[in-house]
Amino acid sequence: MTINRREFIKANAIAAAAAVAGVSVPAIASNLITSSDITKLKWDKAPCRFCGTGCSVNVGVMDGKVVATHGDIKSPVNKGLNCVKGYFLSKIMYGKDRLTTPLLRMTNGKYDKEGEFAPVSWDQAFNVMAEKAKDTLKKDGPEALGMFGSGQWTVQEGYAAVKLMKAGFRTNNIDPNARHCMASAVGGFMRTFGIDEPMGCYDDLEAADAFVLWGSNMAEMHPILWTRLTDRRLSSPHVKVAVLSTFEHRSFDLADNGMIFTPQTDLAILNYIANYIIKTDRVNKDFVSKHTNFRLGETDIGYGLRPEHPLEQAAKNNGKTAGSSTPIDFDEYAKFVSTYTVEYVSKLSGVPEHKLEALAELYADPKIKVTSFWTMGFNQHTRGVWANNLVYNIHLLTGKISTPGNSPFSLTGQPSACGTAREVGTFSHRLPADMVVNNPKHRAIAEKIWDLPEGTVPPKPGYHAALQNRMLKDGKLNFYWVQCNNNMQAAANINEEGYPGYRNPKNFIIVSDPYPTVTAQAADLILPTAMWVEKEGVYGNAERRTQSWYQMVEAPTGAKSDLWQLVEFSKRFKVEDVWPEELIAKKPEVRGKTLYDVLYKDSSVGKFSIDEVPEDRLNDDARDFGFYIQKGLFEEYATFGRGHAHDLAPYDTYHKERGLRWPVVNGKETKWRFKEGSDPYVKSGSGWDFYGHKDGRARIFALPYEPAAESPDEEYDLWLSTGRVLEHWHSGSMTQRVPELYKAMPDALVYMHPDDAKKRGMRRGDLVKLISRRGEVQTRVETRGRNKPPIGLVFMPWFDASRLVNKVTLDATDPLSKQTDFKKCAIKIVKV
Amino acid sequence: MKNLNLASIAGLMAIVLSPVFTSFTVTAADKAEINTVATLRDHTKINTQKEPNPIPKVVNKDIKKARNYPMQPPVIPHTIRSYEVNRYNNKCMSCHSRQRTEKSQAPMVSVTHFMNRDGNFLAEISPRRYFCNQCHVTQLDTKPLVENTFTDMHSLMKQKTANTKEH
Repeated sequence: MTINRREFIKANAIAAAAAVAGVSVPAIASNLITSSDITKLKWDKAPCRFCGTGCSVNVGVMDGKVVATHGDIKSPVNKGLNCVKGYFLSKIMYGKDRLTTPLLRMTNGKYDKEGEFAPVSWDQAFNVMAEKAKDTLKKDGPEALGMFGSGQWTVQEGYAAVKLMKAGFRTNNIDPNARHCMASAVGGFMRTFGIDEPMGCYDDLEAADAFVLWGSNMAEMHPILWTRLTDRRLSSPHVKVAVLSTFEHRSFDLADNGMIFTPQTDLAILNYIANYIIKTDRVNKDFVSKHTNFRLGETDIGYGLRPEHPLEQAAKNNGKTAGSSTPIDFDEYAKFVSTYTVEYVSKLSGVPEHKLEALAELYADPKIKVTSFWTMGFNQHTRGVWANNLVYNIHLLTGKISTPGNSPFSLTGQPSACGTAREVGTFSHRLPADMVVNNPKHRAIAEKIWDLPEGTVPPKPGYHAALQNRMLKDGKLNFYWVQCNNNMQAAANINEEGYPGYRNPKNFIIVSDPYPTVTAQAADLILPTAMWVEKEGVYGNAERRTQSWYQMVEAPTGAKSDLWQLVEFSKRFKVEDVWPEELIAKKPEVRGKTLYDVLYKDSSVGKFSIDEVPEDRLNDDARDFGFYIQKGLFEEYATFGRGHAHDLAPYDTYHKERGLRWPVVNGKETKWRFKEGSDPYVKSGSGWDFYGHKDGRARIFALPYEPAAESPDEEYDLWLSTGRVLEHWHSGSMTQRVPELYKAMPDALVYMHPDDAKKRGMRRGDLVKLISRRGEVQTRVETRGRNKPPIGLVFMPWFDASRLVNKVTLDATDPLSKQTDFKKCAIKIVKV
Repeated sequence: MKNLNLASIAGLMAIVLSPVFTSFTVTAADKAEINTVATLRDHTKINTQKEPNPIPKVVNKDIKKARNYPMQPPVIPHTIRSYEVNRYNNKCMSCHSRQRTEKSQAPMVSVTHFMNRDGNFLAEISPRRYFCNQCHVTQLDTKPLVENTFTDMHSLMKQKTANTKEH
């Protein structure tokens, strides 16, 4: 029924007149429902499903359906605000094509790699999976098994997966999509501080006098942090904002000093700032002498490509020593950075000298409290760990660290990249609480907590994300389970690595997802998955804030959480199926048990009774397994970090709080780490204590500018940068199904400088082809959108499943972090 | 029709009760339809690409859209091409600010926009709400690829009211 404004007013006027006259109008004519029984909504808190900011949202439920969401006013993160994606969370679970049954490729009722997808029962799906896994184990051992997980897994899901893969199947071939997102940040933290994750917190946003955005486009990618930064800048006129990027974007709208630099020259700009601080005699000598030491890092470390690639053949130090360094003193460091003069760096980067000097002065002036932010610009970089090291250098030289407003702040992409991928350690080389598989002491700690025999966890790091795709293609990785990500759309170089890898006849690929994604399309078996508030979980955000939520609605019939899938699948394996006899002999009581018994039910994971789940709460996973599995997984996982500077509060606390920032010691969260008075782990009398390293000192690294893996040349004459947009979450598998978000940003266009378009005879809207040495993708030209690239560079986002820009990108990685550089490759553009 | 494929699979699953193995008879043409899962790719294979549609135009009819729930930020029913919203200017406020709505007849920004982080009202809109485009977006004249089955709370309430009256 449509009713225009005038008719609406008329109808109300009649009702009012009738009431005055004492005439009762028929109830059906009343247009407002007022009975509280009917209008009541059940509200509950949950962290947002999208980015690493970790906003809290209130979720309104009626009759088993999410009908509304809004920003949680009680949350210190967002204080009642959401971005446009967050405001539409209510609709992400209700795309009409939700998967509700496992789908297996079959021909004539039997699995066939070349067959068409057909529905099967969960039992049938797990039968085929278990058979394939057992065949693979028998034929090629645990190293042919692998899993690709997510920074969008809950903490419990990530932990259950690590335990299943590293202890159950005894393979380290598990990696998260956070490898594409945060690995260089982790590498930077471990190298400079010896411990992962930011020392500061979001309170820095209200305390800083200056903000520097290194490549980050917070206005679109961390909108709620951007509202806090905007609030600070506009309400305190002395505050300055500097924005650096390879193209102009929305964050420039607030910039006092906006700078466009040539890709890869950020390394030189960082060294120039260090040089400027030294040359203008503004080094905080007291801080530097007490709390830092200097190292000269290895150089010419290659580009993380396949070993036969000419760039790897040419690199001198791309082997095991790539991450090594030797001690130097301050004078040697000063000499090292002295070549990064303003003249040289301005010429190299294309940034005018006065802008570089204004930027350097923000760091050098001891009176200015400065916060640096970065995300994918630094991390998706073939020298990503270096870029992270270099930004810490300038904060350490000036002592501008770990105090309110003085904060080198690595922003996180995903809602639990910190909580799950990093803290739980779902990487191919990691274990929980910053431990690593190639350290025998760390393995022993894990085996003790897991109550498993010595030698269960294999010492060799497994395949990382880019290597997994290469090994799939080479037929070395044959049983592969993808959960909670869309890597066929997200990973670089789909044409040469990902797609041939998934479709290799030797491999069996399982994809768990709520929706049929591009990755699901490339799979052999698709598992329908419950999402977000259809399950209970915990996420950890970019400021070390751990947040939990309860299950609020039922998943569509047939869809099961990633956690349920992992744990249920473990029932299909007897210990004898997966462990060698000599390992079983060390703990004979596990003989005859299933992995489910050993890893979950009979371990400390299984010790919390189902009675602890509040009676009025849904919790399909716990009720199905018969114990409070989310609490058990969380508490067992938390034992890794308690007493080791990663302390988490008791599980139940998180259901009451709007999150707490770890380490949580004696019930108190930690805002600034490494600073006496705010971090309980700091030795008293030390002032600052970088306790991640044994000597309590942070490292300042001498590292040079080195060129990108691929730069434009005569034929491929443009830089291509890829990235995200405000309206869509990553690959768009949730947000493209929300009509309002789809209609706001339906297609990925290529953003070009008008002169670049003109030179090629193109106009806005023209159909074009982006071509690289690896593949091509078609899209339309945009010359006047929100992104304004300089001449010589184009930007195309990757959210669009129908226009796969990663057919074009290069899978070069940082050799230290193994993270792909999605921001730089060479392409040409032609009209179609 | 294509968007309904998986929903129809779900429907079929619901009526087939065998827990061990499921198969059903369909015509060859149906099979090809049902078995394709590429709903956001218009059922196009990964190693090929469908020709991209022209860039749709911004809906510019100035007709308000109903909100899905009261807290939803309204979408913008007009074009905002070359609107400047930066630290010097906020073009949106030249119609939507309290002082300008009488003249513009545009809706005034809601009272929440005057609240600071602590929930206190300021004399002007809060700087934390300065960049309108973080929550408010235009709509392009295009059809969503996949239908959304979100339920409006109002339709649930109406159902309940109707049920109450029947009893």
